Amino acid sequence: MNTATTTQGSHDSRGHDSSEHDSGEHHDQNAHDHKPKGIMRWILTTNHKDIGTLYLCFSFLMFLIGGAMAMIIRAELYQPGLQIVEPNFFNQMTTVHGLIMVFGAVMPAFTGLANWMIPMMIGAPDMALPRMNNWSFWILPMAFAILLSSLFMEGGGPNFGWTFYAPLSTTYSPPSTALFVFAIHIMGISSILGAINVVVTIINMRAPGMTYMKMPLFVWTWLITAFLLIAVMPVLAATVTMVLTDKFFGTSFFAAAGGGDPVLFQHIFWFFGHPEVYIMILPSFGIVSAIIPTFSRKKLFGYSSMVYATASIAILSFTVWAHHMFTTGMPVAAELFFMYCTMLISVPTGVKVFNWVATMWRGSLTFETPMLFAIAFIILFTIGGFSGLMLAITPADFQYHDTYFVVAHFHYVLVTGAIFSIMAAAYYWLPKWTGNMYDERLGKIHFWASLISVNVLFFPMHFLGLAGMPRRVPDYALQFADFNQLVSIGGFAFGLSQLIFLVVVVKCARGGEKAPAKPWEGAEGLEWDMPSPAPYHSHTTPPVIK
Amino acid sequence: MDEQSLKRKNGKLSLKLMLVIPLMFAFGFALVPLYDVFCQVTGLNGRIVVNNAPSSLVIDKSRIVRLQFMTSIAPGMPWTFEPVVKYVDVHPGQNTVVKFKARNLADLPTVGQAIPSVSPGLAAQYLNKTECFCFNSQPLDAGESVEMALVFFISPEIPPEITTLTLSYSLFNVTKLANNNITKI
Repeated sequence: MNTATTTQGSHDSRGHDSSEHDSGEHHDQNAHDHKPKGIMRWILTTNHKDIGTLYLCFSFLMFLIGGAMAMIIRAELYQPGLQIVEPNFFNQMTTVHGLIMVFGAVMPAFTGLANWMIPMMIGAPDMALPRMNNWSFWILPMAFAILLSSLFMEGGGPNFGWTFYAPLSTTYSPPSTALFVFAIHIMGISSILGAINVVVTIINMRAPGMTYMKMPLFVWTWLITAFLLIAVMPVLAATVTMVLTDKFFGTSFFAAAGGGDPVLFQHIFWFFGHPEVYIMILPSFGIVSAIIPTFSRKKLFGYSSMVYATASIAILSFTVWAHHMFTTGMPVAAELFFMYCTMLISVPTGVKVFNWVATMWRGSLTFETPMLFAIAFIILFTIGGFSGLMLAITPADFQYHDTYFVVAHFHYVLVTGAIFSIMAAAYYWLPKWTGNMYDERLGKIHFWASLISVNVLFFPMHFLGLAGMPRRVPDYALQFADFNQLVSIGGFAFGLSQLIFLVVVVKCARGGEKAPAKPWEGAEGLEWDMPSPAPYHSHTTPPVIK
Repeated sequence: MDEQSLKRKNGKLSLKLMLVIPLMFAFGFALVPLYDVFCQVTGLNGRIVVNNAPSSLVIDKSRIVRLQFMTSIAPGMPWTFEPVVKYVDVHPGQNTVVKFKARNLADLPTVGQAIPSVSPGLAAQYLNKTECFCFNSQPLDAGESVEMALVFFISPEIPPEITTLTLSYSLFNVTKLANNNITKI
């Protein structure tokens, strides 16, 4: 494969004859190659850009639904006492909010970004397995339809927390638990298929000359994330299967009466669960590593150390799961092991944070919306990292365990970490996707409204937790009233702020100032060599890698 | 590289990756026995050693270890269940018998299963049971009561800093499981 002509066919096999020979009649010439109009275009599509768009739109819809549930939670917690919802419904809201945000919002958003960007970044014409790509997206809405419909069943939806600890999810769960289990199975299949597609694309479809150490960090972080997904999603599937058979078929994996052990559930769940939290943050690292150099107009500081740090985090993530279980009565030696391993993770993470800061050092910085979100990510994610370190200290964890301190911690790393990076990515690549510049003024308003409200929302939770307020309660002691009111106000403001983002995206998709091929002066990467919006079939001939 | 060979290459790699899926799925299930083995080997999690031979060891008269008994009854279990004595003081190596009383308060036959746990967990490996009602499930007719025996010895290797052990039993209603012939655990 020396020069140009042949990689052509590796996008969908239906008619790849056109783009090579066409000049002007492109649009009418090949009806069978071109997207069908209307809804069928989206259902049948095997184009990585279409599928990326589907994933991103779906994840935003899920973000709004999960967010609406968070609003119900915060409305109930606005004052002590039970005002708005029943405790059981409250529990369903915390559970489904968590499930939707993890599996419906954050993970599909990353998969959407991967679909859109990875082929363009590595010089591939499409994802390696386009038909599977279509399928891995389209089973996702089914999974969430099942999960959400279980809320309307007799006995209600899942109410045992997104971590579905046994025996809450077995002995004491509603009959709809079967639907929960099947929904998780389908979500798992979807993410595994997506991950396989990413791995095969990155390994086999790179343009000639695109060596591994030339890949953009977003591609690197996604490659490692995909391996994590393939390794741990089947373990989650095994866990939910055991829950299913324990509840409905008389097995006793987690039932002490039959010789099982409920603590075993926590081991298996967190063996999946801890790599899962890195699945939700590693692609963020890749996004921020793309945006910070662009707006600092400097090369990324310490590229290879970034790659090694990402790999180290991924490997270490398999050795820390029991830090979620310090209070289950583990022997001291095990607690120390998991404490030190957990603290060890802050080393590669620290390398990353210092590299980003060093990239900005003496750069000529400008503060467009993506950069603002990226900088906020660095600062606020680090705050979340620090509270993680506090939680890693075993003796201290006995006080923090299952309090609002934990809630504050994981919302700092997931909302101001993962979600902020996704927002940054959306602003950064929107001009490439739509061909139009977004409204910078509205974008900035969205950023500042989000930044202020998110901190009003989550920062006081640290103090609530330290003062002893337990998580997952619909009612609380009177001394927590003031801070909870503040938190709720922050929550409503943050929820409303996200509607600004919706407006920005819709406006941008509909029109606006035309975007040049490279709207950001300092941007680097193959995606900026092609016109905006990116053509439906890109890199039909492999690009030349300098 | 032409289209066909790239497709083949993609197919091969995805097949390899797909193989990881059943492997890791099975690994999830394999964690169940692995966990038991791990707990047994390390003596973690308060799992108790089952030792069918009574102690033939020299009794260490220089030391006394106190073994306390606790019972709890799982929800949905219509029995009373308690130890006859709250604790015993024993020398390591000495065979000891203690009794537990149970009574079925329901007007239906019920099958109970006691699940033991030892605290501190690391001391569990020194508590040897030669006979225990917890080895099998216990059926009781309506209103019937029973005295159940536990025969144990504490092995002399028990570290001197451990002077008190607590043996706790949770009693579960396994009538349904027993009717499904899954009595053996």
